[in-house]
Amino acid sequence: MLTYNYMVVDSPTAPVDRLFHALADATRRDILRRSLRGEFSVSALASNFDMSFAAVQKHVAVLEKAELVTKRAHGREQRVRANVATLHAATELLQEFEVLWRERLDRFDEVLNEEKGKKL
Amino acid sequence: MTVTSVHHDPDALTLSIRAEFDEPVAAVWDLWNDPRKLERWWGPPTWPATFVRHELAPGGEISYFMTGPDGDTSHGWWKVLVVEPPHHLEFHNGLANESGAPLADTPFMLMNVDLREEPPHHTTMDVVTIFPSVLAMEKFLGMGMAEGMAGALSQIDDLL
Repeated sequence: MLTYNYMVVDSPTAPVDRLFHALADATRRDILRRSLRGEFSVSALASNFDMSFAAVQKHVAVLEKAELVTKRAHGREQRVRANVATLHAATELLQEFEVLWRERLDRFDEVLNEEKGKKL
Repeated sequence: MTVTSVHHDPDALTLSIRAEFDEPVAAVWDLWNDPRKLERWWGPPTWPATFVRHELAPGGEISYFMTGPDGDTSHGWWKVLVVEPPHHLEFHNGLANESGAPLADTPFMLMNVDLREEPPHHTTMDVVTIFPSVLAMEKFLGMGMAEGMAGALSQIDDLL
């Protein structure tokens, strides 16, 4: 099972809003997708975007705090890769949520039909 | 009703689900707007929901609990961010303590609901759930929901 550093993510100094913020940004999602395909230095990642190295580095730091990527020293540079364990766990859990919502929508439909029946 | 599309985005921790109903949008909206109707579908049959507070207005608070087969309760809250009846609803959904107060430092989900009536008497409902973390998903699934699913399936078997 996934190990998750609860304190880093959810301590009062790192409010949940920051996590929404981490995933709500298109550049960060793009960085995450690229780092699923391989391990890249921040400068290699930065070459894909029309923004400064520092800006990309900040985006990577936000993803790292959410444990969506990890950084590893490679010689003098830091390389970034997606945290596959987090994404794996996410995929499985999303499937469970899909079942939950399909069932919820079945009940939703039943209530809708019962209410329609009352009006007829 | 048909679920017409489901989209999972694990990088963005997002689940999008679309359902279509042969009903006018007002009837579909009413199932979110009326707490007595909402509680008939929100919780699974083995963990029915009771909404004790329901203020569907911007900044409004919604408080509910779900009761399990052994009488255990699981409490939750919504904080309404945006309401545009009968088309749009956006809220945070989190876990609460027994008095209904949001649990401090605990993750919550962002829910986005969009309804469109096109053509007349045909409503498309999009429900998008955005999770802050994998941990949050695990916590929510732990909220009596996994057990509830098994219960719902056995109820369907009974009907067949």
